Amino acid sequence: MPAITPIHYLILAAALFALGTIGVLTRRNVVIVLMSIELILNAVNLNLVAFSRLWGLQGQVFAIFVITDAAAEAAVGLGILIAFFRNKETINVDEVDLLKW
Amino acid sequence: MTPVATSFFFYFLSALALSGGVLVITRRNPVHSALALILTLLALAGIYLMLYAPFVAGVQIILYAGGIMVLFLFVIMLVNVGRVEKEKQFNQQWIVSFVAALGLGILFVVIFTKSPLLRQIAQKPPAQLVESSNTQEIGNWLYGQYMLSFEIASLLLLVAIVGAVVMAKKRV
Amino acid sequence: MLDYITSYLNANVTPGQAGNMFWAFVYIMVVFLGISLAVVAMNWLERKALAHMQVRLGPMRVGPHGLLQPIADAIKLLLKEDIIPERADKAVFWLAPFMVVMAAFTTYIVVPFGPTHAITDMNIGILFMLGVSSLGVLGIVMAGWASNSNYPLIGALRSSAQMISYEVAMGMAVVSAVLMTSLNDKGIGTLSMIGIVQAQQEQGIWFVFKYFPLGLIAFVIFAIAMVAETNRAPFDLPEAESELTAGFHTEYSGFRWSLFMLGEYAAMIAVSSVAVTLWLGGWLRPFPNTLTGPGWDFLFSLFPGATFLLLAGFTFLGVMRMPKHPYFKIQTIGLGAFGGALGLIGLILFVPLVRDRVQDIYWFVAKVAVFMYLYIWYRATFPRYRFDQLMKVGWKVLLPTSIAALIATAIVGVVLK
Repeated sequence: MPAITPIHYLILAAALFALGTIGVLTRRNVVIVLMSIELILNAVNLNLVAFSRLWGLQGQVFAIFVITDAAAEAAVGLGILIAFFRNKETINVDEVDLLKW
Repeated sequence: MTPVATSFFFYFLSALALSGGVLVITRRNPVHSALALILTLLALAGIYLMLYAPFVAGVQIILYAGGIMVLFLFVIMLVNVGRVEKEKQFNQQWIVSFVAALGLGILFVVIFTKSPLLRQIAQKPPAQLVESSNTQEIGNWLYGQYMLSFEIASLLLLVAIVGAVVMAKKRV
Repeated sequence: MLDYITSYLNANVTPGQAGNMFWAFVYIMVVFLGISLAVVAMNWLERKALAHMQVRLGPMRVGPHGLLQPIADAIKLLLKEDIIPERADKAVFWLAPFMVVMAAFTTYIVVPFGPTHAITDMNIGILFMLGVSSLGVLGIVMAGWASNSNYPLIGALRSSAQMISYEVAMGMAVVSAVLMTSLNDKGIGTLSMIGIVQAQQEQGIWFVFKYFPLGLIAFVIFAIAMVAETNRAPFDLPEAESELTAGFHTEYSGFRWSLFMLGEYAAMIAVSSVAVTLWLGGWLRPFPNTLTGPGWDFLFSLFPGATFLLLAGFTFLGVMRMPKHPYFKIQTIGLGAFGGALGLIGLILFVPLVRDRVQDIYWFVAKVAVFMYLYIWYRATFPRYRFDQLMKVGWKVLLPTSIAALIATAIVGVVLK
């Protein structure tokens, strides 16, 4: 078993990023798209914390800010979803195709 | 204190995280996807503990797994549309997006393993992160050098709270 | 191998910090068995104490004074039929009670029963406890949704909304207590549970009495929020039987329901441990810095044995008041044996070798037991809050008060340094 270098963590983060991107581009359910965005943000966080192991604590401080922003973005995104669902009764991204209704 | 059996824990936790990620994007039922995402978040919290980042791990468990995922589950239950079960799951361009995202991931992996600069960076000795004073040092950074970012983040949270409440409340 | 085991015995740290997996496993087993025993005892105590507060007797038939009632309940629950609703989501239905129990039991990793008597001591101890106990909310939401029925869904949404509302006030009160740990010479506080109790020992005062009444306000806010956090009376609208037909655990029967009950009692003991550690001085005996000296130490070290002898005395009083009828002979003998066992434990606790080692654990457990009795007292005394009153109290009363207490503590702490 080779020792675990930061490259291992970067590869794991890249895999999670790819999975999140597939989810965002492929799924039709809005909630699952938002959850895939959270996967992408977590991959970025893992990258930051892995490098902070090498270079000092700034990476972890940045990771805390990323988590805070992810919370704010999830709240606003789900608020938009609820407001939209009240009008059109669907949670399909393909049906969000009008600029005004 | 050196961690015990690091490579076993790394492979175990990364297997959990990756399987959770795959389950998130493939389940038809959004509640199952949310539970798989919780599994991924908890596995990542374990990985942060291995990287000498206990405070980030604690914040991840409290905020992400205990806060954001509860929000997701609430919204999933409030917009519980019955016909979700019978619709198509993946959209029309799923082949192209699958290939593109997979290509992006493979590109990242190739860059990470073949780049000489990255290998040189990864071989320098790790920084002396003391685990027992991690929170205190993060507090020093947050309230010292990054005070402006801290205040902006709190303002952002205020804006998000007000925005979410305004958008989601009932129109009287 | 043997010296791996004995090398820990002279160390002055918790097994997690020493990296000794064998002793960590032993501590985990001891804590697990202790919590299970405490939940069983709590079940009995709740029924008897509630009954006596309502001027009736409670369970008296199953054992002498109902002492074997929890065992009868456990056997009944294990033998009951396991009913799963037809269109319930089976995977989530199965997973929800385990989530609640795991969240409740994982918090005990950092609970300090003594300066080295914890499973481990994390740098982020109190943050870990708050975070893992907020994972229990997920279990409740899953339980309500997976039952595929209206009452459990409404009960689960109400229960989880209540829990996350009171978590915010709890967090603010905890921050105010952690702030007080930083009022030492170096100006550096700590989040670790053992460090918080050691800070109280160094500053010579339990944090509930510090900067009176600020410590007391934070303590009272936490005490109210922790009752709401564990869905207990008077905040038990989501799971009361007369309101929503038992709320989120309506569709659970038999062993799964007992897992929910186990998780609820374990969470009660866990948040009581947090309150005891943060404000009431953890394992410290009363007056740790003012009444010092070998005389006072000896007096306070007699308390464990005296407590058990007092309990044995009450048991023998009960034996003497048993009816003198042949039907009751077995019960009388059983109760006498129980009293004898309690007395024996009390006498063992007087032995000096045991006496010194058991001090910390005894004071901690005694304080947590006081909180458990308060839980039962609240249930017997207070009427239930309506749900909108509950949310109003959580957001409009507790949260501003806790933020005000935090700011006042910070100002007073800086001014008085």
